[in-house]
Amino acid sequence: MIQLVWLAVLFPLLGAVINAALAFRRPMAKTAVSIVGVGVMAAAFAVALAVFRELQQSPVASYSVVLWHWMPVTDRLSIDLAFQVDHLSSVMLLVITGVGGLIHLFSVGYMRSDPGYARYFAYLNLFIVFMLVLVLGASLPVSFIGWEGVGLCSYLLIGFWYEVDANSNAGKKAFLANRIGDFGVLIAMFLIWWSLGTLDFTGIMMQGGAHWSRGSTMPLLVALFLFLGCTGKSAQIPLYVWLPDAMAGPTPVSALIHAATMVTAGVFLVVRTAAVFTLAPVALEVVAVVGALTAFFAATIGLRQYDIKKVLAYSTVSQLGYMFLGVGTTAFASGIFHLITHAFFKALLFLGAGSVIHAMHHALHHAHSHADPQDMRNMGGLRRAMPWTFALMGIATLAIAGVPPFAGFFSKDEILGAAFARGSEHPIYYVCWALGLAAALMTAFYMSRLVAMTFFGKYRGGEKSAEHLHEAPWVMTGPLVILAILTIGGGLINLPHFAGGSSWLEHWLAPVVQVAMMMVTPTPEIPSGMETTLIALAIVAAVTGLVGGYVLTTRSSIVTPEHAPEERGIWSLLYHKYYVDEVYHRLIVDPTMWLSRRALWQTVDAFLIDRIGVGGTARLAEGLGWLGSRLQNGQVAFYVTMFAVGAVLILRTLVR
Amino acid sequence: MADFLSSIGYEHWVIHVLLGLPILAIPAILFSPVKSARYIAFGVALTELVVGIGLWWAYDSSRSGMQFVTDISWVQGFGIGYRVGIDGLSVLMVLLSVIMLPLVVWSSWRGIDQKQRGFYALIMALNTGMLGVFVATDLFLFYMFWEMLLIPMYFMIGIWGSANRLYAATKFVIYTFVGSFMMLVAIIWMVAVVAKTTGVTSFAYSNLLDHAELLRPWGAWLFTAFALAFAVKVPLFPFHTWLPDAHTEAPTAGSVDLAVILLKMGTYGFLRFAIPFFPMFALSKTTGMVMATLAVIGIIYAALVAMVQPDLKRLIAYSSVSHLGFVMLGIWGSTVESVQGAIMVMVSHGLSTGALFFMIGMLYERRHTRKITDYGGLARITPMLATAFVITAFSSIGLPGLNGFVGEFLVLIGSFGRYPWLVGAASTVVVFSAGYMLWSTQRVFFNRLTNPLNEGIGDLNLRELAVIVPLIVAMIWVGLYPAPLLKRTSGAAHAYIEMIQPVLPKPALADPEVHR
Repeated sequence: MIQLVWLAVLFPLLGAVINAALAFRRPMAKTAVSIVGVGVMAAAFAVALAVFRELQQSPVASYSVVLWHWMPVTDRLSIDLAFQVDHLSSVMLLVITGVGGLIHLFSVGYMRSDPGYARYFAYLNLFIVFMLVLVLGASLPVSFIGWEGVGLCSYLLIGFWYEVDANSNAGKKAFLANRIGDFGVLIAMFLIWWSLGTLDFTGIMMQGGAHWSRGSTMPLLVALFLFLGCTGKSAQIPLYVWLPDAMAGPTPVSALIHAATMVTAGVFLVVRTAAVFTLAPVALEVVAVVGALTAFFAATIGLRQYDIKKVLAYSTVSQLGYMFLGVGTTAFASGIFHLITHAFFKALLFLGAGSVIHAMHHALHHAHSHADPQDMRNMGGLRRAMPWTFALMGIATLAIAGVPPFAGFFSKDEILGAAFARGSEHPIYYVCWALGLAAALMTAFYMSRLVAMTFFGKYRGGEKSAEHLHEAPWVMTGPLVILAILTIGGGLINLPHFAGGSSWLEHWLAPVVQVAMMMVTPTPEIPSGMETTLIALAIVAAVTGLVGGYVLTTRSSIVTPEHAPEERGIWSLLYHKYYVDEVYHRLIVDPTMWLSRRALWQTVDAFLIDRIGVGGTARLAEGLGWLGSRLQNGQVAFYVTMFAVGAVLILRTLVR
Repeated sequence: MADFLSSIGYEHWVIHVLLGLPILAIPAILFSPVKSARYIAFGVALTELVVGIGLWWAYDSSRSGMQFVTDISWVQGFGIGYRVGIDGLSVLMVLLSVIMLPLVVWSSWRGIDQKQRGFYALIMALNTGMLGVFVATDLFLFYMFWEMLLIPMYFMIGIWGSANRLYAATKFVIYTFVGSFMMLVAIIWMVAVVAKTTGVTSFAYSNLLDHAELLRPWGAWLFTAFALAFAVKVPLFPFHTWLPDAHTEAPTAGSVDLAVILLKMGTYGFLRFAIPFFPMFALSKTTGMVMATLAVIGIIYAALVAMVQPDLKRLIAYSSVSHLGFVMLGIWGSTVESVQGAIMVMVSHGLSTGALFFMIGMLYERRHTRKITDYGGLARITPMLATAFVITAFSSIGLPGLNGFVGEFLVLIGSFGRYPWLVGAASTVVVFSAGYMLWSTQRVFFNRLTNPLNEGIGDLNLRELAVIVPLIVAMIWVGLYPAPLLKRTSGAAHAYIEMIQPVLPKPALADPEVHR
């Protein structure tokens, strides 16, 4: 089955093609679209399961599946379209097809009444194709097909409702920010190839270990350029700005692409090229610090957002920061662990938010209200109308806040533990740990604020709409239930020893990062007393945040957006996201446009080159011609004079 | 297939048919009823395609050097001959040309409603000229075909162009003629120099190449003359300002021919003539640095300028300058990878930019405007056109999996060893190209449809689909499976690098092979 892993890619590809054809020919054939769209995901998941089972029983940890010769240029540069099936990609395969399949199913209900239904599923299927190519790629260029391909689908789906300018803008912004990162990945590829003569992940790992010395410049450069790519795709400082805007897409898209799968690609890439990073300790520190800073920074913004999806978006940025903090401390398995648990609980949160928005939208629509169905200030008390959604989102909230025994607790705790442990080697990691802990407190706070504003208190959307509020249909709630089960039990895959587990995921991923781990000192052991203290601190932070968020939110009087007073002081700064978008616009976008329009086009191109250069040459020729024509004035006396002068001049040169 | 072709003696007549048929068709078109002009033209183009496509199989990629060779003396006293042949540097360009011929005729089907006979006769003349440039192995013949393109293109822009057509046509002719006149002087000089020593007067490419050593004292001047002619054609920054005008004013067929074929003649000229004749000067550290720097300036500069163009065709014209910069960079990158990449960019740019010009032409036929701000929100009423445009846009900006990526990637990675900083700078264009392509796509196809004049725009009809769909299929195919194309250019690229290897200065980075 491992050699047939391409079937997992082929099924969604067929789905995308069929749904695209339906989108053109039979856009109203929603049943067919649903069957194809969800069916191919089920098939892909089955393939993923079979591959995983076979790999589990296999003594070989990594397989290469060559599909065809992609770019056979020379002996030294010959890139195959090949997949690498190993312990890392097989797990990713399960997460992507599994969570992806559930989100496809949810979409059947969520997008039911959308006229672009077939087009939506074509994009969504195509996204899965590229995401699978990304994680399965055996070399950087092949993964890069997926890497940019998911960016394309993200662009198309963010701007899915393209008739609203803001949505198209958000799609474009996402692609551009990602492309800044992709520039980094390209440069990294060039450096790697000229330095190591290979672009295969296995080759990079082996050759890198053999030819680069730890701490030298080359691995540092490569790692930093790769990480630039990660900050784009995984929305880290300084390129995170596209992700909050990406919420313009349909909510299941936010769950699938902008929470569970695509945005975690950066974390995946770091683990895939772990050997490069462990050869560059400075790069690891950069990864950890950027991750911790992003986790903290995004969490602060999350404290003061009112759009339910914006809160979750900043939360995603923040949680991705945790994952980078994890891999930055060489706790690669913990990073992937958090990637997986986050995929469960954040998909659950987004889909729950989707159900809420769905309900709000219908209720407000029936009441002919123009209030924003995503603004939490218009919600309140929804737990009565939507008990399932409330309960399920509540579970996810406990998980993301880090309350044991939910999945998020274990994965986040491992990352913070690893950061603290590395602190004995370099104090910067203590700072990272502290930032992470503070972010955990804020995470609990903004999440319980979200739940409190949405589900508790009084409904603020107006009496007329209140009676139209209803629970989502089962095709939407069903996937939520499954995700909730995974959110509760997901911690089991890497249950630590102190909780009676055997750290399965860590052992499973060990062969993937084995070479990389030989370059670094093992994570120092934390004394067990200290470990207990750290866990206690984390739990205290979670509980404090949860209680604080609930109490402060329910005690304050929430007014609907149209009556909301101006934000003040620090709240205003957070509400306006530190004005980073505005600063970027002033410092980067505007100057680039000015440079292009005024300086390069109008001054250099139109004036200097074309008018002065080209036009000047033409006028010069014209002038010479005029001068020549003056000589031919038809007066014999003038000709005789000229003749005489010429003759004298020639004679003089000859005689001398 | 190769056996069948050889059984009908394909290799002996293919080039002659390709060159001769359009010429023979010109009187037929001119003296036929107006209504049948386009049918004759289409028939000829289709025949050219059927005949030419056989090269895909008949060309033997395991051999390097010229194939399908013919050498017939023409003007004996001057050593001018009808010498033609195809090798790995030209085979893809010939194929690309014959594929484009019927599409170009088809795309003009409705748009050209005046003086049809003249128009299609000129198209035929262009066909011969374009193919001739790539198959000529005699410098006089090459020069003849080279200049032969100028005249039909001048009339095409000048007669069927849009508002500012006369200015653009004149600029195009004078600009390119100044360049190519220098080349003519250089060619004659070369022949004279060689003749003086060897006693043989011959314009044959092989003759001049074999005695390239004799040209060394004049290398700098001769190369400059060639380079000027080719740099204008490419166009290399800062010789590019004729292109936006010519592209913008030309009718669709003219824009497509310009973009797909004519620009490649410049880069092809560098690979075929300017560098092999004068490698010492062309590849010296200074010349290399100058050319590569100009190429990279062009890549970034043109992308930035493209971003702020209000006119769709101007935007694509500047994007061409940017793309052709990649070809130039790849040529001076001087590795097998970078040269293969340069040829791939030549092909890919033809497919993507050709398709973009076709589609802009289709929009123009519907709305008679090229201004981006006149559009907006078209995706709702023209979903097929929007889909095709978005795919092509992403192919143009080098999305991996589509054709554009292969060439750009190979150029950049291949040139990185020699010019790491320049390649680093050139790579930033992935951001700017996405900027101009996505921004213009958004303003044409996305956002709300606000202009009531756009309401009636119809989606692609069958004829238009038949023009666009083959190109899109080719984009996906070349993106995912470029190996057959790479195979066909591989021999020539290897031979070329082998030839210039002795004079290449040491690159900045050591060869990747040393680590294997």
